[in-house]
Amino acid sequence: MSVSTTTDPIDARALRGWATLRRNPLFWISTILLSVIVIAGVIAPWISPNNPETARLDMINQPPSSEYWLGGDGTGRDVFSRLVFAIRTTLLGVAITVAVSAVIGLATGLVAGYRGGVIDDVLSWAANLIIVLPSMMVLIAMFAAIGPSVGVTMVVLGVILSPNFFRLVRNQTVAVRNELYVDAARVSGVRPIRIVFRHILRVILAPIVIMSASIGSLAIVMQAGLSFLGLGDASTPTWGTMLLDAFKNLYTAPFLLLWPGLMIAFTAGAFLLLANAIGDTVAGGRPPVRAPKLALAPLTPSPRGSRGTALLEIDGMSVAFAQADSTELVVVHDTTLSVERGEIVGIVGESGSGKSQTILATLGLLADGGYQRAGSVAVAGTRLASLSPRHRRRLLGQTVGYIPQEPMSNLDPSFTIGSQLTEPLREIAGHSRSSARKKALELLGRVGITDPQRVYDSYPHQISGGMAQRVLIAGAVACEPKLLIADEPTTALDVTVQAEILDLLRSLQKERGLGVLLVTHNLGVVADLCDRVIVMQDGQIRETGDVRQVLRDPHHPYTQSLLASTLVNAPNRGAWVVPDSSAKLATDSANQGIEGMAVR
Amino acid sequence: MRVLWRFVARRVASGIVLLIAVTAVAYALIYSGGTNVAQNILGEFATEEQINEKAAELGTDRPLVVQYVEWLTRAVQGDFGDSWFTSQPVLATVLTRLSVTGSLVVVALTVAVVVSLVLGVAAARRRGSAGDRALQFVAVTGEAIPNFWLALALVSAFAISIPLFPATGYVSPGVSVTGWLFSLVLPVIAIVVGSVAGAAQQIRGAVIEVLQKDYVRTLRARGLSERSVVLKHALRNAASPALTVFSLQFIGMMSGAVLIERVFALPGMGNLAVDATLQGDIPIVMGVLITMAIVVVVVNLLVDIAAGWVNPKVRLQ
Repeated sequence: MSVSTTTDPIDARALRGWATLRRNPLFWISTILLSVIVIAGVIAPWISPNNPETARLDMINQPPSSEYWLGGDGTGRDVFSRLVFAIRTTLLGVAITVAVSAVIGLATGLVAGYRGGVIDDVLSWAANLIIVLPSMMVLIAMFAAIGPSVGVTMVVLGVILSPNFFRLVRNQTVAVRNELYVDAARVSGVRPIRIVFRHILRVILAPIVIMSASIGSLAIVMQAGLSFLGLGDASTPTWGTMLLDAFKNLYTAPFLLLWPGLMIAFTAGAFLLLANAIGDTVAGGRPPVRAPKLALAPLTPSPRGSRGTALLEIDGMSVAFAQADSTELVVVHDTTLSVERGEIVGIVGESGSGKSQTILATLGLLADGGYQRAGSVAVAGTRLASLSPRHRRRLLGQTVGYIPQEPMSNLDPSFTIGSQLTEPLREIAGHSRSSARKKALELLGRVGITDPQRVYDSYPHQISGGMAQRVLIAGAVACEPKLLIADEPTTALDVTVQAEILDLLRSLQKERGLGVLLVTHNLGVVADLCDRVIVMQDGQIRETGDVRQVLRDPHHPYTQSLLASTLVNAPNRGAWVVPDSSAKLATDSANQGIEGMAVR
Repeated sequence: MRVLWRFVARRVASGIVLLIAVTAVAYALIYSGGTNVAQNILGEFATEEQINEKAAELGTDRPLVVQYVEWLTRAVQGDFGDSWFTSQPVLATVLTRLSVTGSLVVVALTVAVVVSLVLGVAAARRRGSAGDRALQFVAVTGEAIPNFWLALALVSAFAISIPLFPATGYVSPGVSVTGWLFSLVLPVIAIVVGSVAGAAQQIRGAVIEVLQKDYVRTLRARGLSERSVVLKHALRNAASPALTVFSLQFIGMMSGAVLIERVFALPGMGNLAVDATLQGDIPIVMGVLITMAIVVVVVNLLVDIAAGWVNPKVRLQ
């Protein structure tokens, strides 16, 4: 079986990459600039009006003239001719350095990444050793040891810079070696070493070009520096020696600084721009798209009539993301919902239905590029659009408790649990240090943590996922909010822990009379906990109503199909019974995850 | 606490091994180049016999490895040999120059750290804005312009045309603190521009990565001010990549300072090394190379320990 039957993600990406690159002006600017410089270097003998080494006493430090187009240097040589001839030394040196570092780095990186083990350890250690060497000083010492030789110097520079390639290639090789398509190829009988190298070479092609360009620019600057120090071959013109000449004549002819400086900056800059252009393409165009600034809905009373008592009122809200091609992608359309005091409202729908974006937009926490494009949100009777961003965030922090989905990634790994719990207590609820501490310990006890003091002093990586979710719930209710917004609070947890967390949520809700907006894809959880349910699909609300009514008699075909798919998967299909006392069923349904729909 | 000490001890041990390896590489680089030490000392009119005699006296006729071990044994006791030209001890000569390079690099690094943090964080917070794109442009320009060219331009503009600062020379802070500051202004600017160009972009990237984390969203949901989210949480979590960036900047500055010292005639280690190189005074070159390597390894060690301290997973394991 040939390899091409396994899905190869690289080919398509490479093609798309070239198409994007072709449209990037940076790419063309840098390529054209580099081409002009290379060609000028190649045809230097034909375009230079003078011999770069001929010194004329009458032309010392002279301004531009018809003979010396850019003037004469400190010993009466033609600046223009020297400038053009210096391109040759420079580019030859750059080519040597880039080639040496790339070849060494590629070879060692592939071996280290593919073989691993001791070889990897030794090579990685050697790379660290080279990185520690002060490179400029090593080159100076080389000169002391062997005298002037541009070739050897640039080879040594290549060796010094090779760890950059090594690290890149090694890490990519390790990554590719563990990829699924490599396994697939292995299973189909292709020798893994061929696969790995073939794929790696294509995966790292762009990074290699980027790295080469960056190293090229570095080589230009370092080579110029060495010859500026007088540690170069004095017999050929270089931009560095031209700057040394300018340095010697700084008081009398400062203009000599200009041209060699510009040549270095333009050549090195062209390499860097090329690297940036390719880097942008690899990263998928220019990703940071700014959301347009919109004037949000006017501060008129809600046209659909506010009852004024709702904790949360979302009215006609649409949410969109700005796209790279300056269009927008609308992910939530014209959504209206409300949560009353003491009420639990569920939002159900499959992944991508817009349910999470709805609540993130409500909380003002959309990812980069996301924005609320229409509609209004009011929390406890206050329209959010009427507040400054700072006040809005403060109000939300005080009135709304947010419980995220993934417990482990939602705790800051660098701070203790205690510090993360007390920070909002002090900043938002105005507790003193000691009372915040007392309150945090109380909360940890309240959410069912048996050893609050130990958890208080722990870092997130020291506690389990279930415990982390309890900590996050404690954090959500810490500032005595009136409304809880929970985004799939049990999805990432073990089945047994899920039930406990749901029980905890329910008891907190009862105890404090909280309104709850619960996002879930689990109809069992909805049946269990919620008073009302909202069914979302493709960013739109399909159906909304009392839980019993919606689950017993779904009107919208999507709701029907959701229910049907749930029931089909159920192992024990009992008759569909709507719970009369949801509390006692919590554990059962949660335990069964999605099958929990079949409530007995 | 004991765990932390074990971590530190391991890093110190690996630092020492690294240092020995660095000296071996440096020794091999410098002395295997075919330099005939005896010939250098005696001059070109010495006879073959005299040269051999001198070589035997110096011990340079023995295998390189033997010579290196002897050099290392002495170096560990603080004896780096004597200069071939001034006959002064290498270590003393190098150490008098270390303070100049040291103050230049420490001041430049401090400025570079502050400026790159401010610019990097600001650009990360306003991703895609005009200011962010301006920073990218400045980064390319700053990296493409050699620091010594910038130094020359600064001298030409602010020391010669408008004589605000001294064009050359170094004033020890023991003599005059203001004089010291003045003598460092232009050199520091020349170093900092390129350094910030490289570092600010990397800080920006590190901060953006942290700002996209789930826990940042949750911190914001708790109502915390943007100030504590960014300055406390994002910076703390970006600290470890930032430390790496700045330690690499430090290494670059240490050896890159040579060009700046040349332009401003600062009596630092780089200038010493270049003069010694042009004269062929190999023990001095070796001494400078080793001293720099020691400084770099020690700083790397401190950065490693700091990175371990910042990251509770490392600290507490």
